[in-house]
Amino acid sequence: MIQPGSHLLGLEGMGAREITHILDLAMSFEEILERSVKKVPTLRGRTIVNAFFEPSTRTRVSFELAQKRLSADVVNFSTGGSSLSKGETLRDTIANLEAMKVDMIVVRHSMAGVPHMLAMHTSASVVNAGDGSHEHPTQGLLDLYTMRGRLGDLAGRQVTIVGDIAHSRVARSNIWGLRALGAHVTVCGPRTMMPKRVEDLGVEVEYDLLRAIRKADAINVLRIQFERHGTPNFPNAREYMRLFGITNEVLRHTKPECFVMHPGPMNRGVEISPEVADGPRQVILQQVTNGVAVRMAVCYQFAGGVTQGTEEESAPPRVPASRAASGRPKPGSAPRVAAGA
Amino acid sequence: MRLDIESLEREHVLTHAVLVDPQKRTQAGGEIWNRDGEIVEVAYDGSCAAPTEVPRVDLKGLFLAPGLVDVHVHFREPGQEYKEDIESGSRAAAAGGFTSVVMMPNTEPALDHASVVRSVLERGRDVGLCDIQCAGALTLGRAGESLAEYEDLRAAGASALTDDGSPVVDTVLMRRALEHASMLGLVAMVHSEEKALSRGGHMHEGYWSTQLGIPGIPAACEEIGVARDVLLARETGAALHVAHVSTRGAVDILRLAKREWKVDVTAEATPHHLELTDRELVDYSPDFKMNPPLRTEEDRKAVLEGVVDGTLDCIATDHAPHAPMEKDLEFERAPVGVIGLETAFAVAHSALVATKRLTLADLVVRMSLAPARRFGLPGGCLEAGAPASFAILDPKERWRVSADLLQSKSRNCPFLGRTLRGRVVATIYRGQLVHQAPAPTEPLAQVR
Repeated sequence: MIQPGSHLLGLEGMGAREITHILDLAMSFEEILERSVKKVPTLRGRTIVNAFFEPSTRTRVSFELAQKRLSADVVNFSTGGSSLSKGETLRDTIANLEAMKVDMIVVRHSMAGVPHMLAMHTSASVVNAGDGSHEHPTQGLLDLYTMRGRLGDLAGRQVTIVGDIAHSRVARSNIWGLRALGAHVTVCGPRTMMPKRVEDLGVEVEYDLLRAIRKADAINVLRIQFERHGTPNFPNAREYMRLFGITNEVLRHTKPECFVMHPGPMNRGVEISPEVADGPRQVILQQVTNGVAVRMAVCYQFAGGVTQGTEEESAPPRVPASRAASGRPKPGSAPRVAAGA
Repeated sequence: MRLDIESLEREHVLTHAVLVDPQKRTQAGGEIWNRDGEIVEVAYDGSCAAPTEVPRVDLKGLFLAPGLVDVHVHFREPGQEYKEDIESGSRAAAAGGFTSVVMMPNTEPALDHASVVRSVLERGRDVGLCDIQCAGALTLGRAGESLAEYEDLRAAGASALTDDGSPVVDTVLMRRALEHASMLGLVAMVHSEEKALSRGGHMHEGYWSTQLGIPGIPAACEEIGVARDVLLARETGAALHVAHVSTRGAVDILRLAKREWKVDVTAEATPHHLELTDRELVDYSPDFKMNPPLRTEEDRKAVLEGVVDGTLDCIATDHAPHAPMEKDLEFERAPVGVIGLETAFAVAHSALVATKRLTLADLVVRMSLAPARRFGLPGGCLEAGAPASFAILDPKERWRVSADLLQSKSRNCPFLGRTLRGRVVATIYRGQLVHQAPAPTEPLAQVR
């Protein structure tokens, strides 16, 4: 059985309190990244395996950096170098990892549900680093963190997600997280890339880009792919750019403070024009920086930082008062690790 | 309640049971006198003419129906005996009250030549736990390219023709197949599916596929297939049997085909489509992965309605065993199919009779008489001269499905852990006691 609270499989089902707790933790970890010695002993003696069954650069590096900054012992493996290519089943691979007594498994897989399966069969904590078109909860959290950093409380805010919603795990995690925090979400993209009954996730569906972004406080632009199972699902990049591409011209129709996010990697000139990708309205590299802090918070929360070692040693650093700027929710005096999980 | 015997004599009388007669659609107390595997007499009101020295077996408190008939099972022999074989499949059938099954031809090699059909039927007779029949392939190797030799298959004993899970994509070839089959008086069974629409899909396309991020299979995929095959049957006058109907649209098309177009078409529903919906996939368990997939609650209700109003004539299990090592994969990599023989009666009874949609006799029509008639199989009735094959039922018993009860070699059962209402207490096959359910455990007895 899956132990609730010991895994991060998705943002679906998570409440505002749990999410806010992780974002507050991330705020306290962000400070460490500014130091000259970017390392704390918080997860010393903990072993984390990053199991990437699908190619990934930024997510894997981001997790690895986060884990190393917390002094965890980290092992990486990806499909090419593992037994998966030798015909071993996923179940066997899990059993082997389990037998090696690791504390946490961070898993990325091209198929939805693999982290669930893992969580069902291991006593280690499982963190989903992206499974098929299902969820990418740490990306969702870092997007929330980025938005909260700029907008403060997200309740009542308007966020528009543009692109291939059907095949996007980033979209799903964003939708669940934003809905939990009380934001309004509009999804916008081609009809061929809109999943059935998406409105039942609690979002508005809009096929007209200008209408979709008019009231937006933030726009999250998804990477686009024009072919699935050999059948094209859109005429071409030109038609896409014309209807859904985020350009400076499009941004003229938004509120002036509205900003643009992208989970990467970007197709410049397809879903986002180069001048927006490098322009003043985007926060794309800020998202990457925030990703490390958020993943430190997630590893701390789910690798069970307090069960071993002393409380003092494993507690995260306190946030300097100056960093808890007004408009941002204040983290608790000391993050409660067991609670909220 | 259990029988109090180890085995049955060559000649015996089954007494004090409630006889469920699907032909008369009645249930009434009576006696059945059997000799040498055949029914000698069915008597009501204590009028049985059997001499007093013929031993009596008391079935007080139990219901007796003709042995159940399942026209859609996969016994994996020859070729994949690690999943199931004719012996383990026969034991599973007996445990589910089935005394007659039709094996699908997707074995290795496929049942596309008389010699393979003969060897399968012979093996079934050797095992001797139920009537083993089989469907021959519509096309060679089930590859959808050239027709198999139907007369040869028929002469070898094939009961029907089908390519099962690999629908004939080429519509012209499908038309020829139906024409040739109908000339020889064979029913063509179809797994109707527009393959281009299901490519890459692993569950029903709807709210749950959106939430779970699993590529979906739209309902239209099945409905286009059913519409095509029904229209070809209308065009050719061939006898068609549509397997495992799972969507509202497919039920509607079949109702239209039967009532308005007078097409010679029958259809089946599976127990899992009667009881389960796509919501079950929330934990990504491959034990809920099959084709056609579990659909929405609206579709489930339409399938129930279809069974009630007779649009769907039979209940068939699509018993599809897969070894645990095959199902323990990523959801999208796991093969489709679930086992169903051992839970079919209890699931169908829970969904249809316990909810008062159907009488027990009407359920027995759909699980024995109707499929037997459609495919010309023996059984399905209680009358002198018929095989002495029976399912002994306790409609009131509640029982919990657990893996250790299963006779199948495989464990991919979507009902594990569920409590069902109605149980096959014993199975008699041609006068032999071939199955007795284990005694109910104490806590369950208290549930009653």
